[in-house]
Amino acid sequence: MRKTSILFIAGIVIVLALGFLLPWTVRNPFYFFVGYVVLQYVTIATGWNILGGYAGYINFGAAGFFGAGVYLSAFLFTTFGLPLPLCILAAAVFGAVLGLLMGYLTLRIQGVYFAIATLGLVVVLETIVHNISALGGASGMAVYGPRPPAWSPGPSQYNFTIMLVIAVAAVSLARFVEISWIGRGLRAVRASEDAAECSGVPTLRLKLLACALSGAVLAMAGAPYPFYTSFVEPVTAFSLIIGLNAIAMPLIGGTKSWAGPVLGALLLASVQQIATVTISSELNILFVGLVLIAFVAFAPGGLSDLFGRRQGRAKS
Amino acid sequence: MSDTILSLKGVEKHFGSFRALGPVDLDLRVGERLGIIGPNGSGKTTLINCITGVYRPDKGSVHFQDRDISHIEAHKRARLGISRSFQIPRPFTGMTVLENLLVPLDYCQVDGSKEERARSVLASVGLSGRISDPSEKLTQLELRKLELARALVGNPEVLIADEAMAGLSEEEIDEVLAILFALNKSGVAVIMIEHIMHAVMRFSERIVCFETGRLIATGTSSEIAENPLVQKVYFGE
Ligand SMILES: Nc1ncnc2c1ncn2[C@@H]1O[C@H](COP(=O)(O)OP(=O)(O)OP(=O)(O)O)[C@@H](O)[C@H]1O
Ligand SMILES: [Mg+2]
Repeated sequence: MRKTSILFIAGIVIVLALGFLLPWTVRNPFYFFVGYVVLQYVTIATGWNILGGYAGYINFGAAGFFGAGVYLSAFLFTTFGLPLPLCILAAAVFGAVLGLLMGYLTLRIQGVYFAIATLGLVVVLETIVHNISALGGASGMAVYGPRPPAWSPGPSQYNFTIMLVIAVAAVSLARFVEISWIGRGLRAVRASEDAAECSGVPTLRLKLLACALSGAVLAMAGAPYPFYTSFVEPVTAFSLIIGLNAIAMPLIGGTKSWAGPVLGALLLASVQQIATVTISSELNILFVGLVLIAFVAFAPGGLSDLFGRRQGRAKS
Repeated sequence: MSDTILSLKGVEKHFGSFRALGPVDLDLRVGERLGIIGPNGSGKTTLINCITGVYRPDKGSVHFQDRDISHIEAHKRARLGISRSFQIPRPFTGMTVLENLLVPLDYCQVDGSKEERARSVLASVGLSGRISDPSEKLTQLELRKLELARALVGNPEVLIADEAMAGLSEEEIDEVLAILFALNKSGVAVIMIEHIMHAVMRFSERIVCFETGRLIATGTSSEIAENPLVQKVYFGE
């Protein structure tokens, strides 16, 4: 095994251990309440980047997948009493199918048109949810989450740990894709679809795979959300800020490697959380918009690229 | 099996109402060195795109090793052994030179380790020193070599080089020619599309000339050089 893989696995073990232990040592549940959102965005950014970063297909519809995960999980839990892990799994499968569907309908079109089509997905799904009374329609539905198990001290901590496990799974998946033939094929697609095809790469199938994996992770990010808020409504589940953050975080952190979206999400989501508490949540979107413009204009490779260049210069 | 490896029958390609190519009938023999010449816009690259599957011809059929491949996707044709380089180099940016070659190797069988295979091909085109450099840092000559290396790393049966020598100096042309000759010696049929006349003439056993999408002349280098139709295309009346 590669040395970096060993380091990665060691890192995961430590992070997971912290996720289970910290709730018993840090007393204030507020940190876990905030941490949940940060981890949710780590997952969203990571999922988005599988298609947007590796393959270069910009998906404006992240909120559609997220919202689908939110509602499927809420529905399965309240109606059938499905256990939380199964709700998350079901959301992942649903997100994958949704991703395949979206890919199948839109991947033959290129670039800009693909991006526009993904925007439509959010509108369609939100409208559907609006009109299903079993899902609470426009007024939303209350969800009374499961009691936290004995290994977790309270609901905030429990949701936090669940989200952490999901985030770790998402990042591991992204890293696997990145270092395997899948990532290599997707990078080839991003560089030149024709050259990839003529090198034997089944470009359409690979892109569909990326859509499915990306969709699965995005929907999975939404699955625990009903239990976190105890209430779901279309406006928040399909919120603009989710789609915006999904793009902004990888772009800020860097889209080439799994670490970029993680870094971008940790930074941007933390700042947003602080801003929400201290200033106002309305300013959030404005803030993300400005940061996004700044990065696209001045550091299109994201933070990891900036660091990389620094190091490169220092070495040479 | 016949000694024809690739065969085009009545191939036509239209863009809207404009007929960019055809109808073309053309055979390539096993291990042959075929040159394709013709002025700008005469349909040479379009022909290659029809052979490799980047374009679907509107009419006619393409046969490879006696099998109709007209409806097979481009990546499957590549895996069958039809390989090409691009007129404007298309490196897989964001990857190292070595990883550029690992892409086609992900989809084919080679004896021994894939990385070893990639390294030896890179050595054979003179890119050993660049193995772990990002492909966007290569010079024009190196990019053209990378195109060739990537095209031949999977042991193709046919290699199509689309203006692999455009913009290169005389010495660099000799280098690329040597690579293609060596490849052909190992049994690979090579189609060379080229505007650099002395290079195609030196390389090809047979040359075909295109004009406005049609094949107007076929022959050996000297026959082509003396063909009045070809002279007319290149030198006017
Ligand atoms: N995708 C396309 N859409 C529309 N027209 C095209 C397309 N590709 C090629 N053409 C047209 O088809 C004709 C043949 O082009 P092609 O690229 O095959 O010529 P070529 O012989 O390779 O020329 P060159 O020597 O300049 O490379 C040209 O008139 C070109 O403008
Ligand atoms: Mg051409």
